[in-house]
Amino acid sequence: MKQAYTWSAIAVIVLASTTGDVLLSRAMKQVGDVGALWRRSGLWTVLARVLRNPNFLLGVLAMTVAFYSLLFGLSWGDVSLIAPASASLTFVTNAIAAKMFLHERVDHRRWMAAVLVAGGVVLLAA
Amino acid sequence: MRFLGVRALAPEVAHHHPNKRFRNLSGKNRVTFRKYLVLAGVTLCASIGDSLLSRGMKQVGGISLNHLPDVILAVVNPSVALGILLLLGFFASYMTALSWADLTYVLPATSLGYVLLTLIAKFYLHESVTTWRWIGIVLISAGVGFVTQGPALTHHPAKAQANQEYEPARREP
Repeated sequence: MKQAYTWSAIAVIVLASTTGDVLLSRAMKQVGDVGALWRRSGLWTVLARVLRNPNFLLGVLAMTVAFYSLLFGLSWGDVSLIAPASASLTFVTNAIAAKMFLHERVDHRRWMAAVLVAGGVVLLAA
Repeated sequence: MRFLGVRALAPEVAHHHPNKRFRNLSGKNRVTFRKYLVLAGVTLCASIGDSLLSRGMKQVGGISLNHLPDVILAVVNPSVALGILLLLGFFASYMTALSWADLTYVLPATSLGYVLLTLIAKFYLHESVTTWRWIGIVLISAGVGFVTQGPALTHHPAKAQANQEYEPARREP
């Protein structure tokens, strides 16, 4: 039963952090190149545009959910399982979500990168 | 030096270059030295910030649920305070990177932080690093190598729309 709780926490962490990453990425694409915008309109314009973006606020909310799920998960299971499992699965789910929702061209190179990094993260915790 | 070679191409030449990779790296999608610095900022701030928070919280000691206000007092610890500052720097540089690069580029490209953390553990904290961990480092480095060979930003309708909305002066007549 405890293992079921642990894997549920991992699933929620992966889902929430993927949602957060996708929303933050979409928000920043809507804001546009921050460096160019800063040079053109100043720092306050950049901050106002980022903080007023609904996707940014929802993304931060999703990241908060992921963080608290991690804390709950750590109270049920081992950090050596939860941290690498959620981190490496997030790399793969992000690639899927970026292709589906952000319409990024995830070619073989990017799939290979996501899988290699995910595998590497698992081994680092071994 | 790969990107320097691409940078040398004139924009109009790069735009019609027969190699799709060079076309993608042309103009605004090109990863300049300044953008590599932002990616390095994401990597360094995240890994060093996490290390400092970890060290600081170990100095503070265990915090029980009955004494939650102790968490607030923990920020007085210099390591915790510096760690929080670095994590704020991480968030700012991560957002900046996402404003001009794909999510599937930024995440693997900045995963060198895991490698850096392991190297800090090995050479600064004198922890033992197993063979499996060294293999993990090789895999992550290979993943970073794979993704940074390609374009940072692929076709993105939302960005095109945003540019039209915010930069009307840049539109072609």
